[in-house]
Amino acid sequence: MKFKTFAAFVGPSVLLMVMFIAAPLISVFVQSFQITQPIMQQIEVETCTPGFLTQTCTTELKTVPIIDEVTGKVKTATAWVGLQSYSNVLQMDKVWAAMGAGRISEILQIDFWKALRFTLMFTLITLPLVVGVGLAIALAVNNAAKSIRGPVIFISLLPFIITPVIGSLSIYWLFVGDGILTAMMERWTGQDIAMFAQAWTIELLMYFYRVWHVAPFAFVIFYAGLQTVNMDTLESAIIDGASRWERLRHVIVPHLMPLIIFIGLIHLMDCYRVFEEIVGFRSQAHVISLQWLTYDFLTPDDAGNRAISRASASAMLTMIGIVILLVLPLRRTWRDHKRGVH
Amino acid sequence: MASRATAQPLSLKVVSGAFLAFWCLLAAFPIVWIAVMSFKSPRDAFAASPWDVIIGPVTRASGNGLSVLDILIGLATLYFAIRWAFTKVPDLVTQFSPAGLRVLGWLIGSAVYAILFVVIFFGVLPVLMGGVNNIAGPLGTPILGLTTEHYVAVWAENEFYRNFMNSMIVTAGVVTISLTVGTLAGYGLARSGSDLAFWLLILALVFRALPHSVLVAGYLPWFINSAEILRPIFGELSPTLYGQPWAVIAVLVSINQPFTIWMLRSFFQNIPTELDEAARVDGCSHFQAFRLVIMPVMWPGVITTGLFSFLLGYNDFLVTSLLLDAQNQTMVPAIAGYFNRETTTTDQVEAVAAAVSITAPLFLLVMVFQRQIVSGLTAGAVKG
Repeated sequence: MKFKTFAAFVGPSVLLMVMFIAAPLISVFVQSFQITQPIMQQIEVETCTPGFLTQTCTTELKTVPIIDEVTGKVKTATAWVGLQSYSNVLQMDKVWAAMGAGRISEILQIDFWKALRFTLMFTLITLPLVVGVGLAIALAVNNAAKSIRGPVIFISLLPFIITPVIGSLSIYWLFVGDGILTAMMERWTGQDIAMFAQAWTIELLMYFYRVWHVAPFAFVIFYAGLQTVNMDTLESAIIDGASRWERLRHVIVPHLMPLIIFIGLIHLMDCYRVFEEIVGFRSQAHVISLQWLTYDFLTPDDAGNRAISRASASAMLTMIGIVILLVLPLRRTWRDHKRGVH
Repeated sequence: MASRATAQPLSLKVVSGAFLAFWCLLAAFPIVWIAVMSFKSPRDAFAASPWDVIIGPVTRASGNGLSVLDILIGLATLYFAIRWAFTKVPDLVTQFSPAGLRVLGWLIGSAVYAILFVVIFFGVLPVLMGGVNNIAGPLGTPILGLTTEHYVAVWAENEFYRNFMNSMIVTAGVVTISLTVGTLAGYGLARSGSDLAFWLLILALVFRALPHSVLVAGYLPWFINSAEILRPIFGELSPTLYGQPWAVIAVLVSINQPFTIWMLRSFFQNIPTELDEAARVDGCSHFQAFRLVIMPVMWPGVITTGLFSFLLGYNDFLVTSLLLDAQNQTMVPAIAGYFNRETTTTDQVEAVAAAVSITAPLFLLVMVFQRQIVSGLTAGAVKG
């Protein structure tokens, strides 16, 4: 295919990606070093209240934003502030102080580090669970009679396809207040349980939700992979006297290895962006994630201002994490491409 | 391959069957449960005993209940309605829609079917059953509390249909545009083995990993001030992009592009190159070959990719909640509006009803397109 034809086919898609993905990235990068604020001026205001004989007048200095006469909007000025927004997000001075005093747990009180801790733990804990549960379901379905496989796949797809916010809400409603599952646990333990009053119980529910939501995806892929297991290898393993467990360990899992890596990679990318759980479980007071932190900076506060520069700084820090996460897999792909196997 | 060596002991079969049953229960329970909750009065919906939630004594006491007859006739109608949807409706659609407009025929057909379904179930049946119950005696007394008042409140009083319309506009826009653009790009990438194509794909993979909030942080200042920025070019017509559904569509399409082109590329690689080479030998240009030879055979892949684009547009919370203003929201962020005023239990159950309303179309989607969804999930993985 000639370059011109190729460009004509790919052009619209590349244009969209450049305009709405690459350009915003550059813009975020620049914004993170800038800060835009309304220009303030101090004016003397004389206020008079009626009094007996003479009015009582006081003059005071007030700080008010300058209004543009043409557009009627507040005038703003953009200034370069270097790394100020980053230090606002990272709060390194507090981190060093806490380190110096030997109180590591205090670092986790700072929003950014709190979010980073949760995001990483979330990714690392759910990854093996998703692969394990997905593989278990795939093996069980493969064992089951043909007639029930269709319905099982249908039911399994439901958690995967449901809107993430709604999915986490549906679990939230089972546990909120004296929801039926909380009531059940209270009856078993005889204690008063509040699932949403402390961080670790919320986190447990979030891990559960994520596994519930993603395991079907892993299951469908593993199930497709199981259909292509080489039967000859499996039979020779049986003749050699391999037990069921050894066959799983030495024949089936190696066969599925590329799929496990694929699921791991996708899961890594998706978990790193964990966000909807925070909204669904309304956990912002206890547990937050990196993407939620940026989202929070971008939502207008009570005065209607959005902390764009701090949001950009936290977005850039999130990006650095993504790059670190993807360097290894991408280097592998590049080597494969050089060897001509893509 | 059921030789004696691979035959399984009974214990293993039991364990595997039990695990499967447990998983199915786990997968369906939260969704089924909120569906049950949404039909009960607030006291029942958040009752501590599961039995109370299912039976709904308070709901029944307030005069909203179903009798044995109601349940039987309702289930029978439902059964025939579903069977009819899978047997008669396709025939009718193929019979009445002109050959070139099959898709339009399906859209109109399913819309008419949905309206008929709602009218029969919520208009005709209750009136009919009211009369029947009066003369049926013990079979006609309500035993199961059930009320649709929350759905009425959500859709009529809270004007949820506006959010529904917004969701439909955004989703339809995202699906059509991202498929049009993505199909062309996917075909180009599948048929070009150059280094440039490889680098584009890798770049797309990196873009796919980006958190969406990073991108929105890049859009927001530009979108809010776009009227002033664009004034030198477009004059007074320059729009404020913030709050415009079509701006959100453009953003979601772009965010979706990396995934779309990867998926469509793997589908196009499955179509033999001989097909378009034969057309080229016969004197077609690349575009003619694409239009005349590839387009007729590409629909399975396009439909599958379209399903995933649909999910992205429909399920999105982050982009729509930040780029659309509160009056103009799509369904999923609109549910967040219930959190803020969720003070009484009635509000909570209304939120549940709204959540179930959002889930229902997805449920239908899985029912109709299960095969395509599964093939789409595996296509991406097996091809890498």
